[in-house]
Amino acid sequence: MNTFRNSLQKLFQYPSALAGLFVVFILIVVAVYTVIAIPYSEAIRLWRGGEEVWYQNPRFAPPAWTNYFSAKKHSESFAVNSLHGQIGKVVTPGNGGTSTIELTYPFDFSYDDFPQEMLLYFTSTFKEKQPFVSVELLTPDGRRIRIANFAIANEFTYRFSQDVKLLAKLQAQDVIPALFSIPNSETPLKGKYQLLITGTTFEPDSNMDVEFVLHGQVYGLAGTDHARRDLTLPLLWGVPVALAFGLIASMGTSILTMIIAAIGAWYAGWVDELIQRITEVNLVLPFFAILIMIGTFYSRSIWVILGATILLSIFTGAIKGYRAIFLQVKESMYIEAARAYGASSPRIIFLYLIPRMIPLLIPSLVQSIPAFVFLEASLAVIGLGDPVLPTWGKIIQDANSNGALYKGYYYWVLEPAVLLMITGLAFAVLGFALDRIFNPKLRDV
Amino acid sequence: MTGAGIILPLSDQQEFEVTMAITTQPSAEILVIKKTYRERAFMRVFRYIGVRLLTLFGTVVIGIYLTIMIANMGGYVDRIMRNEIRDRITQRIGLSAASQQMDPAVRKKLIEDSIALEEKRVGLNVPIAVRNFRYLSNALTLNLGRAINMTSDSGSKQVRLILLERLPATLLLMGTSQLFLFFSSIFIALSLSRNYGNFWDKFIIALSPTSAVPPWFYGIFLILIFAAAFKVLPFGGMVDSPPPANTFDYAVSVLQHLILPGVSLVLSSFFISVYNYRTFFLIYSSEDYVDMAKAKGLPSRDIERTYILRPTLPNIITNFSLLIISLWTGALFTETVFLWPGLGRTLFHAIGQYDTPIIVGSTIIYAYLLAMTVFLLDFVYVLVDPRVKIGK
Repeated sequence: MNTFRNSLQKLFQYPSALAGLFVVFILIVVAVYTVIAIPYSEAIRLWRGGEEVWYQNPRFAPPAWTNYFSAKKHSESFAVNSLHGQIGKVVTPGNGGTSTIELTYPFDFSYDDFPQEMLLYFTSTFKEKQPFVSVELLTPDGRRIRIANFAIANEFTYRFSQDVKLLAKLQAQDVIPALFSIPNSETPLKGKYQLLITGTTFEPDSNMDVEFVLHGQVYGLAGTDHARRDLTLPLLWGVPVALAFGLIASMGTSILTMIIAAIGAWYAGWVDELIQRITEVNLVLPFFAILIMIGTFYSRSIWVILGATILLSIFTGAIKGYRAIFLQVKESMYIEAARAYGASSPRIIFLYLIPRMIPLLIPSLVQSIPAFVFLEASLAVIGLGDPVLPTWGKIIQDANSNGALYKGYYYWVLEPAVLLMITGLAFAVLGFALDRIFNPKLRDV
Repeated sequence: MTGAGIILPLSDQQEFEVTMAITTQPSAEILVIKKTYRERAFMRVFRYIGVRLLTLFGTVVIGIYLTIMIANMGGYVDRIMRNEIRDRITQRIGLSAASQQMDPAVRKKLIEDSIALEEKRVGLNVPIAVRNFRYLSNALTLNLGRAINMTSDSGSKQVRLILLERLPATLLLMGTSQLFLFFSSIFIALSLSRNYGNFWDKFIIALSPTSAVPPWFYGIFLILIFAAAFKVLPFGGMVDSPPPANTFDYAVSVLQHLILPGVSLVLSSFFISVYNYRTFFLIYSSEDYVDMAKAKGLPSRDIERTYILRPTLPNIITNFSLLIISLWTGALFTETVFLWPGLGRTLFHAIGQYDTPIIVGSTIIYAYLLAMTVFLLDFVYVLVDPRVKIGK
């Protein structure tokens, strides 16, 4: 315990290691928070839900905070719903069971580009006669643009940009820029806009509500991808996945390697010989090719890949290194003493041999974590990521296969890449410092 | 890198190869026969070579057999291939105009016959156990055979030709980057170990953890900066499309395409490599005989050459030879990210198309190269280090 405390004190001499430790701590907190706040099933629903989950989001939108760093302000996305009281709703009863429903939503628009799209999602209740709706847009300079009139079914979606009649009326190339620009120019008109929806219902119990969705050019904290998915989800969920994969793989590999090396060194003879031969065979096996084969032929589940990774990583060079040291330790006096009083072989291996090696185990364990974290991302990048789980590697793969760098969607690649980099480097600097502390040969050089 | 005590500028796997090469002793006991020293030495070497060759060959056989088993997934791939063949042939015959007028029974028979023929071509008519052994013996005799689905750019289905066609691309990329990495890191490590503790030494130490990041990852950043943002270098591929007709322009275009993948391969191992060599040299320069040489007042160049580089020569040679054979495997992920038409990417495509002959072919060549290198290194050690004797 004392040596442990000493090592910890030495760790404080390495500022980089402290920074690494701090980052690892933050990552663990985020991972715990993510798993509790967005449970697995919810994460999968949000990640693989389909259009009805993602309809509120624009496509290929960088995060909203990029506006702080650019002179040109991009329009932000929003979605408001009269069901949630976000749109002003006034119901005026009329004659013979009819009533007029006025929905108004004022919004500020002070951006330098146009939104991608505007949508209205109507829901209504009626028995026979469909409610009738007219939509208008009031611009800051006092124009009143009539958008459309239509009857709505129980569910009805109106897409501004797809309305051919409106396009003809506006005499423009595209609907959205025409609505938001100064007349006869291409510059956006900044100011307070107001969306006015007047609905008429023809039955006493008939009612209607609307959700107004504006797809801007930027969205939320992390932006969106080609399928309108909010990237905050995979970025957050990538943390526990990366940590779990890295930690389990490195712990499984190092601990099993150590146990097998100890067993080989202790029993010697054919056990040792067998372990040596397996190690040599494992050398011939193509590591990545086998992982890819398992991913392609059998299962892309992250747990299967994890198991295969551990299996293939046990019998590597480390086993030779540990074996050499175990062979030395085996000859030491305290082991002889244990033998003399009749300690069993398992007892000697697990209680006397292996604990001696823990100082050597810890740095190599921490140092191997980044390799496994990046392995998951590497497999994902060539299209063999877990098909269900949202991970950082999956984001990079989606971005790559959609030509993100080519088309200039840098945020899409940079966000997961930077997170991967931070995670990998945090463990790497920590392990590096631990190695120098625990490895006496390195202490002076 | 691990707690092994020996620090070598190598990955885990390579590190093992080194220790394997250095520490493996023949298990056979040495015959004690009264003979002249020369005869005994000859017997010892002869015996050692025999045992060594046998174990290495056994290792290769088992390794290749396991690869074949995995490449077939215990028959699972067969099912996929059978279904795929049935689908393809049924569709082809169903769509062809001639079969429209055929009697259904005749058409059915035609389909079944074509499927049987195709399965025979691919080799599916033989039980999997037999086929595995056939693959094994063909592989061991380097009879690489024909690919199932892939073809080379020149249209051949010969595995040998497919692999040979991709070899120059991989050699170009891996060769330039790895050789540069090797020589530059030894050179820089020597100069760092000469005056360790100075700013550059600390700088390299501080940056060495960055090598945890794989090359393709640096590749993405490099693409972002130089291809996407500044538009000075191409995104990927090996040559402009269409390729320039002029040889000089062609070479320039290839060089332009080589820069980003090459730099990312070098960047991702440079710092750890320099750090490891430097630490390695430092450990050796703390030996007593180095102090002695310094006390004698020898110039530092001579000290380095005779007392530091000489004893580390076996390690350096090992690293170098492993580097040479690692060229064969290519850089799978980097080649994929940069769309570089090398062996690594070919292997990846072969797996995607269930092309067992190519997977096995690529593996057996690597296995042979590795076994041969490990075998030859034993003799090289004797040449460079008089303390080492074969079979002792």
